[in-house]
Formats: sequence, structure tokens, C-alpha cells
Amino acid sequence: MSILPVQFLIVAFAVFAAARAVAQFRAGRLRLAGLGAWLVLWCALVVIGLLPHTATAVAQFLGVGRGVDVVIYASLGALFYLVFRLFVRLEETDREITRLVRMQALEGLNEKETDL
Amino acid sequence: MRIIAIIPAYNEASHVGVVVARTRPFADVVLVVDDGSTDGTAEAARAAGARVVRHALNRGLGAALGTGFEAARRLGADVAVTLDADGQHDPSEIPKFTEAVRGGADFVIGSRLIAPEGGMPWYRVAANLLGNLATFVLFGAWVTDSQSGFRALNRRALATMQVRSNRMEVSSELVAEARRNDLCLAEVPIRAIYTEYSLSKGQSFFVGIKTLFKLVFRRLTG
Repeated sequence: MSILPVQFLIVAFAVFAAARAVAQFRAGRLRLAGLGAWLVLWCALVVIGLLPHTATAVAQFLGVGRGVDVVIYASLGALFYLVFRLFVRLEETDREITRLVRMQALEGLNEKETDL
Repeated sequence: MRIIAIIPAYNEASHVGVVVARTRPFADVVLVVDDGSTDGTAEAARAAGARVVRHALNRGLGAALGTGFEAARRLGADVAVTLDADGQHDPSEIPKFTEAVRGGADFVIGSRLIAPEGGMPWYRVAANLLGNLATFVLFGAWVTDSQSGFRALNRRALATMQVRSNRMEVSSELVAEARRNDLCLAEVPIRAIYTEYSLSKGQSFFVGIKTLFKLVFRRLTG
């Protein structure tokens, strides 16, 4: 089986990304569920990269048309979801910072102090 | 009835002193939440007789109000009244709010649009209407001035309402929280004092869009 340069690049990138996900998991920065999701995604990329007709088969099954369209739609969906997750995480971080700032601001505020 | 006036302020050194001085006759404690100002707002507020809590970093209106509510709880407030630091609100109207609380309201909004006096620029009227619509569509609560900064909360409201927003979306969030907690919500007519300064402190169109986006996000994430 001959491999086109683009297929080689796709597989190499997917292997690199999967390795990074495993490293993040080992370092405790990624949960098991997250690792599983990323590995499924990168494995799917390897399969589609090496066997493009699988995407076409999925496309025909879903009634989308071309295999590449399935990949584009799925990628768009995944990107939107990731942006949403990122936004949620940012909001959480924002709230944590506020909580800290508030805690510090209210230090020493005492009910018994004489009102001005 | 122990009344605590909460004034969130960010870089309002030139006006906050006057606002504090005008508010003191109508509240037991005037509490200025300095939201990380760099212009001496805290010192000006203190000099005018306010108690001041200070954010080390600028966190936004919602965060400042959240800090003010927590401080009011700790200071034993029966009623917490919020008003803007730019002089837009007339503190002599605070008794209207306390009367409404005495009458059974848990959360009172000072509405500039119940009996408008014509001072509000048209674009602010339009922005308010959009804010009201967004609040109604997203949270199911209709008020005539959802973006008003002149409000009052009684003990029950202070205990149950949770402020999660850090920024301008807090105004709609408070209305949503009142509804979520099944609080008695009332509106009282207020007069807004528009000056070149207070108008310059208004929000831009883009901040409005961002606020709307955050409200949708708030609704989606519960």
C-alpha cells in the first residue's frame, strides 16, 4: 500500500497529538474521560487519513454526500463545542478570581465596627 | 430598619464624594465598593464619610455588587440599596424603596421609565427596551427598567439572590434571581439625573452586545 505525502502528514500529526494527550493525562492535567475522547478523535483521523473511503461510507450512510463533507461538518461541530468548553472554563476562572478578590476585600470588615 | 447604601465605583474620584455626602442622610451606612480604581476613588469616598471595601483588581459591576451584598449581610443590613457613583441617582428617593420593602417587597427596582421625565436620550430608551426584552425572553421576568442601578434588597433577597455575573449583565441577572427565588418584586418610579459626565459613563453598543451574549450564556449554563 502506497501512502501519499498528505496521508503521512495526517497520520504523523494525529500520532503527535495523541502522544501529547497521553502526556497531559500522565501529568494529571487531563482526566481519563478527556483522554478517551481525544484518543477516539485522533484514531478516527488516522483511519480516515489512511482509508479515505471509510469517510465516504459514513457520508453515504448519513446521506451527506462526499466523505470530505462529513469530516468538515464533524470538525466544525467539534470546534464549536471546544470553543464553548473553553468559554465555560474561562468564566469559571473569572469567577474564581472574583471570589479571591472579594475575600481579600472583605477581610477585616467587622459588624461591630462603629458606623460612620 | 438598618439601611446600607452600596455604591459600586470604578475611577469615580471626582464624583463619588458628593454622592456619598448626599446619600449619608438616608442610610445608616454608606458602603463604597472600590472596584480596583487607580484615581483615588477609595480615599475620596472615605473622606466623604463612607466605609470602603476595595477590590485589588478591577472585576466589573457584577463583582462589585456581589461584594457589596456580602458586606451588607455581614454588617447586618435590613435593607441594602444600590446606587450609581456617577450621580445619576437621587439619594433622597431612597425612602421610596424602604417604603416598598415595608410594604412587603423583597426586591425593588427604581424605574426611570414608569413616569419618564423626558431626560433619557432615545438611544438609552432603546437599549433599555432591548435589555427588558432580553430579560423577559431569557428569564421570563418582565420589568420596565431591567438595567436600572437603583435597587433595594431586603434580608430575604440578600440571603437568597446569588450574583454570578462579573460585569454589566448583573442587572438582568438580579431580576432573574428574584424570579428564581420567588421573591416579591416591585418597581418604584425614580428620576434619573443625566449630566455630560453620567452620560459619558454609559455603555457602548459593543458592551451591550457582549452583555447580551453573556446573558444567553448564563441562561444556557443555568
